Amino acid sequence: MAENEKPKAVLARKSQLKDIIHRFMKNKAAVLGFVIIIVLVICALFPAQIAGPDYTEQNLRNRYQPSSSEHILGTDELGRDMFTRIVWGSRTSLTIGLASIMLACSLGVTIGLIAGYYGKTVDNILMRIIDVLMAVPNVLLGISIVAALGNSTRVLVLAIGLGSMPAFARVTRSAVIMVREMEYIEAARATGASDGRIMWKYILPNSLAPIIVQVSMGLATSILTISGLSFIGLGVPAPTPEWGSMLSSGRAVIRDYPHIILYPGIAIMLSVFAFNLFGDGLRDALDPRLKT
Amino acid sequence: MIKYIGRRLLMMIPVMLGVVLLVFSMMYFSPGNPEDYILGDMATIEDKEAFREEHGLNDPFLVQYFNYLIHALQGDLGTSYTTKLPVWDEIMERFPTTFKLAVFSTFIAIVIGVSTGIISAVKQYSIWDNISRFIAIIGVSMPTFWEGLMLIILFSVILRWLPSSGFSTWRHWILPAITIGTHSASSVMRMTRSSMLEAIRQDYIRTAMAKGQKYSVVIWKHAFRNATIPVMTIIGLQFGRMLGGSAISEIVFSIPGLGNLIINAIKVKNAPLVQGGILFMAVVMSLINLLVDVLYAYVDPRIRSQYVSNKAKRKNPVAEEKAKEGV
Repeated sequence: MAENEKPKAVLARKSQLKDIIHRFMKNKAAVLGFVIIIVLVICALFPAQIAGPDYTEQNLRNRYQPSSSEHILGTDELGRDMFTRIVWGSRTSLTIGLASIMLACSLGVTIGLIAGYYGKTVDNILMRIIDVLMAVPNVLLGISIVAALGNSTRVLVLAIGLGSMPAFARVTRSAVIMVREMEYIEAARATGASDGRIMWKYILPNSLAPIIVQVSMGLATSILTISGLSFIGLGVPAPTPEWGSMLSSGRAVIRDYPHIILYPGIAIMLSVFAFNLFGDGLRDALDPRLKT
Repeated sequence: MIKYIGRRLLMMIPVMLGVVLLVFSMMYFSPGNPEDYILGDMATIEDKEAFREEHGLNDPFLVQYFNYLIHALQGDLGTSYTTKLPVWDEIMERFPTTFKLAVFSTFIAIVIGVSTGIISAVKQYSIWDNISRFIAIIGVSMPTFWEGLMLIILFSVILRWLPSSGFSTWRHWILPAITIGTHSASSVMRMTRSSMLEAIRQDYIRTAMAKGQKYSVVIWKHAFRNATIPVMTIIGLQFGRMLGGSAISEIVFSIPGLGNLIINAIKVKNAPLVQGGILFMAVVMSLINLLVDVLYAYVDPRIRSQYVSNKAKRKNPVAEEKAKEGV
């Protein structure tokens, strides 16, 4: 009897986090995404150790070289090693992506939390502001901001962060609207907790699941936007290696040297792919009801 | 229904005022003067001053903003600094190209996305489902401009089947439409799959199967009809995005569309064209969203019943009852 009861007791003690990790690990695609993200992060943290310290080293006699033992992915229009630049490029994409999503998340979550909690007029005003940002296509909003303020890393973070913010606000607002009706919120209010305390201490932690998923999906989108802006010359200024600007500089010679655009494109695709898989896996693990 | 459309159109006004304010402020407060970009280095200070005077650029911010608003409400979006043509005419010259490209791309997205989505859902966890889900996630992850370049390498450079740029013949449209369409098809496929899976699990599907209905009829008439709302939403969203967001693809394929026009205008600080172009796109995107909402009522009688006027409801108590139940 005691032995029969043991598994139940163990299950009961199992924390929610362990349960989520268990469900996540069962999803092979999500684990693949996670592994690619780990590789990307390692590349971004230690590019000098992986690919060498000098991504600007030029050799004009060695332009447009195909893959060889000396240059695994060949060389670009200035004879620079493509592998080195792609590895260093991961740092650029991840740094700008993470910073812009942090900006988008902090602004969007605050707006969504306030709009969802207070409702009525406050909700109406805040959501109309969000509608304004959503009415302008993301790419054009980004281009306008960068063209207005100049292309630096900070401006890129602002441009992409503002473009991604509405999604966070909307996701948070819909989660908050559901959570605010829960009995424990009523209980908190009955104990005299202030609105700020109820919002940050009780509602936000219980609305985190869709926000976490949005972070992963948002990172994927922001990597695409960074590369898009760099592709049209409004991204990271040269000589900082960035995948989109590598594609842009190789565009003129695709007929003769297609490898110039092949590898940076694969790098963008793989990172976006990884964050999408990871986000999908997280969503399924955090809320199995949403799993399809 | 008309009341609902009217209310939605009224709600668009503050959003559009906000869009104008946002874009106007960005162009106004950005460093650099339009006269420097447009008149060039050879222009004298007098020429530049005359340009500023002519375009009202010496007025304070609020005066300029309200002047722009008043003119915009009268249908006058200003004059392009570079071509001296009315902004409206410039937009109208480019918009049909962007619109046509969006229509072709949406067609491709619907054909590929909906069909693979349905098959994936019907054969859930089969090899077909796994392959199409994998391709869909790859499709969402590929930057459209890279996909465009790769298609140019394959079909224009290696196989020499299709032209790589321009838009004069139907053959020119194939590569850009495939590039944009396949990207959207991935999102449409994912949405179709998940809403079909939800529909397939409903009791009425079991009932339809139990009464011996043909499988294809159950899928198309019972399941797909009930799964169309989210699919329509994503198609509407994708169509709106194609109108506004295919600017980079237009650059890749050298298509003289609206996005291409706005990007060039942003680069030379041609403020009237940027403001007019973005305002126009925002209005079109909002109208598409409204059209999708109206289409919901067309395809779903449950939603239609919610729009029945009170007078009609009194005449038809069944509709009133259903509207109350929210079914």
